[in-house]
Amino acid sequence: MATVLKIENLHKSFKLGFLLKKKEILRGISLSVEQGEVFGYLGPNGAGKTTTIKCILGLIFPEKGNIEIFGHPHLSSKAKEKTGFLPENPYFYDHLTASEFLDYYSQLFLMKKEAKEEKIKSLLRLVDLEDSADLQLRKFSRGMLQRIGMAQALLNDPSLVFLDEPLGGLDPLGRKEIRDIITRLKDEGKTVFLSSHILQDIEMICNRVAIIVNGEIINQGALHDLISEKILFTEVILSGVNEKELKELGECLSGHGDRILLKVFKEENVEKVLQLAQSSKGKVHSLIPRTETLEDLFVGIVKQR
Amino acid sequence: MKIKAIAFNTFREAIRDRILYLLLFFAAVCIIFSRLLALLTVGDKVKIIKDVGLSSLSLFGALMAILIGTGLVFKEIDKKTIYTIISKPIHRYQFLLGKFFGLVLTLFIMLLLMSFIFLALVFFHTFTIEWEMLIAILFIFFELCLITSVALLFSCFSTPILSSIFSLAFYLIGHTAWGIETLIKKIPPGAGKTLARFLYHFLPDLENFNFKTEIVQHLDIPSEVYLYSILYGIFYTLFVLIIAVLIFRKRDFI
Ligand SMILES: Nc1ncnc2c1ncn2[C@@H]1O[C@H](COP(=O)(O)OP(=O)(O)OP(=O)(O)O)[C@@H](O)[C@H]1O
Ligand SMILES: [Mg+2]
Repeated sequence: MATVLKIENLHKSFKLGFLLKKKEILRGISLSVEQGEVFGYLGPNGAGKTTTIKCILGLIFPEKGNIEIFGHPHLSSKAKEKTGFLPENPYFYDHLTASEFLDYYSQLFLMKKEAKEEKIKSLLRLVDLEDSADLQLRKFSRGMLQRIGMAQALLNDPSLVFLDEPLGGLDPLGRKEIRDIITRLKDEGKTVFLSSHILQDIEMICNRVAIIVNGEIINQGALHDLISEKILFTEVILSGVNEKELKELGECLSGHGDRILLKVFKEENVEKVLQLAQSSKGKVHSLIPRTETLEDLFVGIVKQR
Repeated sequence: MKIKAIAFNTFREAIRDRILYLLLFFAAVCIIFSRLLALLTVGDKVKIIKDVGLSSLSLFGALMAILIGTGLVFKEIDKKTIYTIISKPIHRYQFLLGKFFGLVLTLFIMLLLMSFIFLALVFFHTFTIEWEMLIAILFIFFELCLITSVALLFSCFSTPILSSIFSLAFYLIGHTAWGIETLIKKIPPGAGKTLARFLYHFLPDLENFNFKTEIVQHLDIPSEVYLYSILYGIFYTLFVLIIAVLIFRKRDFI
């Protein structure tokens, strides 16, 4: 598989405050993204995700390090023509309507007139904003802005798309819509670089992730390598069973009413719990095996530091 | 092409700015006020109307250039609209030139509107359209281009308020360059004199674009003088734009 994005030893610091004190934000980031994958860039607030993306796109200049996109230097037109970018909390010229806005941006790609109109129409359809084509962006909701931002990122049919917190601040429906678009991009063979601090999103759509904490990448790899699939414990909710008898089988975190939430660590004990429920004519309401999640991994790593 | 796209968007944004119309309104008030002033003074009424009118054009044109020009780049960075532009295949100098031409286009149209009011007022007094006024106005336009480039330069690294103050100082000092000249003669040799000399050579002489008196008084102006002023304007503007680009190219957008 071809490498689409390669970052080597990226360093960036900001000069802050009155005395222009130097603050290191990125301390030697290295990562590579392969063609066709959805790459998750994961880290807590302030870890340096946005800073990395800004370096890649030439909005800020790193002090040290090398970035290549499709084998070209990241600031070359060849690289930029193949990439798309949706910033976090996107904000656009609010005096323009949705279609005026896309029209303006398409001129920056020197698109031909017919191709342009065709593209704008299909993008507005893709992000489900056909009805708002003539609405000024100032009247757009958060979710609509995110979607029009997605549309502008896709104007040039990029092979590599950078999405900075694309699901931030959206309601469940909005998140699903954006997630569907990302899945679609993946099906079309595009490569997606996605930053987020929300683990569920990344877990659901990413093939590979890198975890950044405090300006350093501390783990990188395929999702199933980072997370073991072994069952950590099983959560059982049941009622009508004597609590004392259950205590020997697992940890009781009693719930409300007569319902009991039980955390069972050994697999053979799960069997016993079920037998006990049957014999004492109780009821099992739910039984959920919990495997390690990205969240556990994440919390573990962040705690270690 | 890309510059054109940015210029037109800048134009579209600028003409939706309310401050533009406020200034246009005050310019109109000033031009018409010159009529009142003419009534109160002895001497050639038409000359006073022309004098005050042309001065208003220059002043309000400069205010428009400064108040809009200083916000141009700052706003794009502040509101982060620049992120998605710079990440497209476009050079930073193209962005800056687009902004420049967009504002120049806006000022051109505003100057046209003000000139119309001015020429109409003159027409009511002389019953002729005095086309030679347009020469004076053309040079005001050259001056506005230069001021736009200066405002843009400041807005590349400073906030709108500071940039406005700097640009306004540039405008005022530029029109009183002769003051610095006399200052040089008066102060004794030393650091102060060197500084004044430096300022005198570095700051532009905006009086080069001032043909108001000559044209109002119907004085003859040799064509070399016109040519000199035109070249002066073009080269100074280019010079300032190049510095602006050099600064803008290295900037971090954080
Ligand atoms: N404009 C700025 N000026 C100074 N420091 C900044 C600026 N922007 C970011 N930083 C600092 O850089 C660090 C990294 O910020 P960055 O925006 O890259 O984090 P992030 O990983 O994107 O976080 P989030 O999840 O909140 O978006 C933070 O510690 C922040 O304090
Ligand atoms: Mg961020």
